[in-house]
Amino acid sequence: MKIWDQQAEAMPRAALKELQFKRLKHILQYAYDRVPYYKNSFDENRIVPGKIKSLDELPSIPFTTKADMQASYPYDMFAVPMEEVVRIHSSSGTTGKPTVVGYTRNDLNTWSDLIARLLTAGGVTQKDIVQIAFGYGLFTGGFGLHYGVEKVGATVIPVSSGNTDRQLMIMKDFHSTALVCTPSYAIYLGEVIEEAGIDMADLHLRVGMFGAEPWTENMRKEIEKKLHISATDNYGLSEVMGPGVAMECRCKHGMHVNEDHFIAEIIDPNTGKVLPYGEMGELVLTTLTKEAIPVIRYRTRDITSLIEEPCECGRTFIRMSKPHGRTDDMLIIRGVNVFPSQIETVLIEMEETDPHYQLVVTREGALDTLEIKVEVNEVFFSDEMRQMRALEEKIKQKVRSALGIAAQIKLVEPKSIERSVGKAKRVIDLRELK
Amino acid sequence: MQVKQISIFVENRAGRLEEISAILENNNINIRALSLADTSDFGIIRLIVDKPDLAEKALRDAGFTIRENVVIACAIEDKPGGLHRLLKLFSDLSVSIEYMYSFFERHLEKAVIIIRVEDPKEAITILKKGGAELLTAEQVYSP
Repeated sequence: MKIWDQQAEAMPRAALKELQFKRLKHILQYAYDRVPYYKNSFDENRIVPGKIKSLDELPSIPFTTKADMQASYPYDMFAVPMEEVVRIHSSSGTTGKPTVVGYTRNDLNTWSDLIARLLTAGGVTQKDIVQIAFGYGLFTGGFGLHYGVEKVGATVIPVSSGNTDRQLMIMKDFHSTALVCTPSYAIYLGEVIEEAGIDMADLHLRVGMFGAEPWTENMRKEIEKKLHISATDNYGLSEVMGPGVAMECRCKHGMHVNEDHFIAEIIDPNTGKVLPYGEMGELVLTTLTKEAIPVIRYRTRDITSLIEEPCECGRTFIRMSKPHGRTDDMLIIRGVNVFPSQIETVLIEMEETDPHYQLVVTREGALDTLEIKVEVNEVFFSDEMRQMRALEEKIKQKVRSALGIAAQIKLVEPKSIERSVGKAKRVIDLRELK
Repeated sequence: MQVKQISIFVENRAGRLEEISAILENNNINIRALSLADTSDFGIIRLIVDKPDLAEKALRDAGFTIRENVVIACAIEDKPGGLHRLLKLFSDLSVSIEYMYSFFERHLEKAVIIIRVEDPKEAITILKKGGAELLTAEQVYSP
């Protein structure tokens, strides 16, 4: 298993900690000197960057939130004058004002290097032909992956997202060996390939790197089976860099965080207290080398845990487990925290169901009700109502034991739940909050 | 004696049944009998048609979730007590019924009861011995 940057990615832990501390000290001073937001925030909390003595003092530094980033719209978080900024990306702004991020020339070099690590970890070499079906534009996915593929020396096909027929034609005719897109789109492609009766032997795909939305082990199995590839996960967010913050190696057991460029912490989302390795909580990231927008203790709102044990692949970076959901995906139903991913896990573990579902939350009077739409498939469809009812009951029981609350199960026809090209829309919350 | 029945999963939404009947008409398929079991959310339509294999393919191609089962068809006198005599036979022979529905067959001048049992093969042997009038698939499919 090849490593793109052996020296960095397999650095002894002690040396890495030393490097992190050196870089942290620098970035804190850099942010304080150049970004008014950090100057104010550090001053208010009596943080003197020069006096930080070790990495252990990181938890004393205040968090940066999505709201802080949004309040700085568009350029107030920038630490360099615009003439040093060579690229702008932006979040979609679906949850409010978009977050605008900039990159200096050095940032872009770092980024493409991180993507080269990601691709190499997923099995890509310079012999590969990489089809990028992420959208090109303000979204960091398309351009982010693009320059990493060039750095590796593989061939990049910048198809961008959408137009499935064209994707398949290109995949077949251009002999694409690697696919980059969202996991839900990979599953959709697999379904279309099956329906169109395309022989996988006519395609040349071997690996796929999927990200930009959370996915599960069973989605991996489904993708690997349908597309005959090895599928790896990667993680990133535009506020911090874009894709390339963390990536899976071929061991497929957690994503290595590029710790020479980012420090990862896990906190309790309610108290803000740092949690030990292995515990589930909100991921907090600090950039160590970003020039255009240094980000200190950014609350990602992603729920995950960190794996400290060394990985077989030889990389020394800690791993983060697959995000279990987002703090803002978290639904509070009848006072209970519910993550859509918990329901997904239940459905995936049952042989009878596919991981296609939708949650509808409504409020009747003062009581929240959760309805789960689940697609029926031919394997378990029965002509006997008794058995269909038994299946509904079985799902209901399993959901209840996983979530601790009851849900109504509604069986729906296969393929009736919308498959989105981008982030899957799993939750419809119809509660009117007064 | 083994009669093919096609079951279709349908959500309770407007126009869904009509889509099924349109597919059957377009394929020149005649419905001999049908039953609909429903809950508030979904239904299961069970059909006996003259061309079950074609119906299955056409419906599946249209994206419906289908299951093919074997049911048995018993002819009974179309007069008071006809059904009771048949059910008594089932009861005496300890053959349990999952569900059933019926239609009238004018050539035989008899009512036909379509019955779903757990093990049709075994049920056919037992019922034949017991004197039930079992119809062949051809008798059921063609008017």
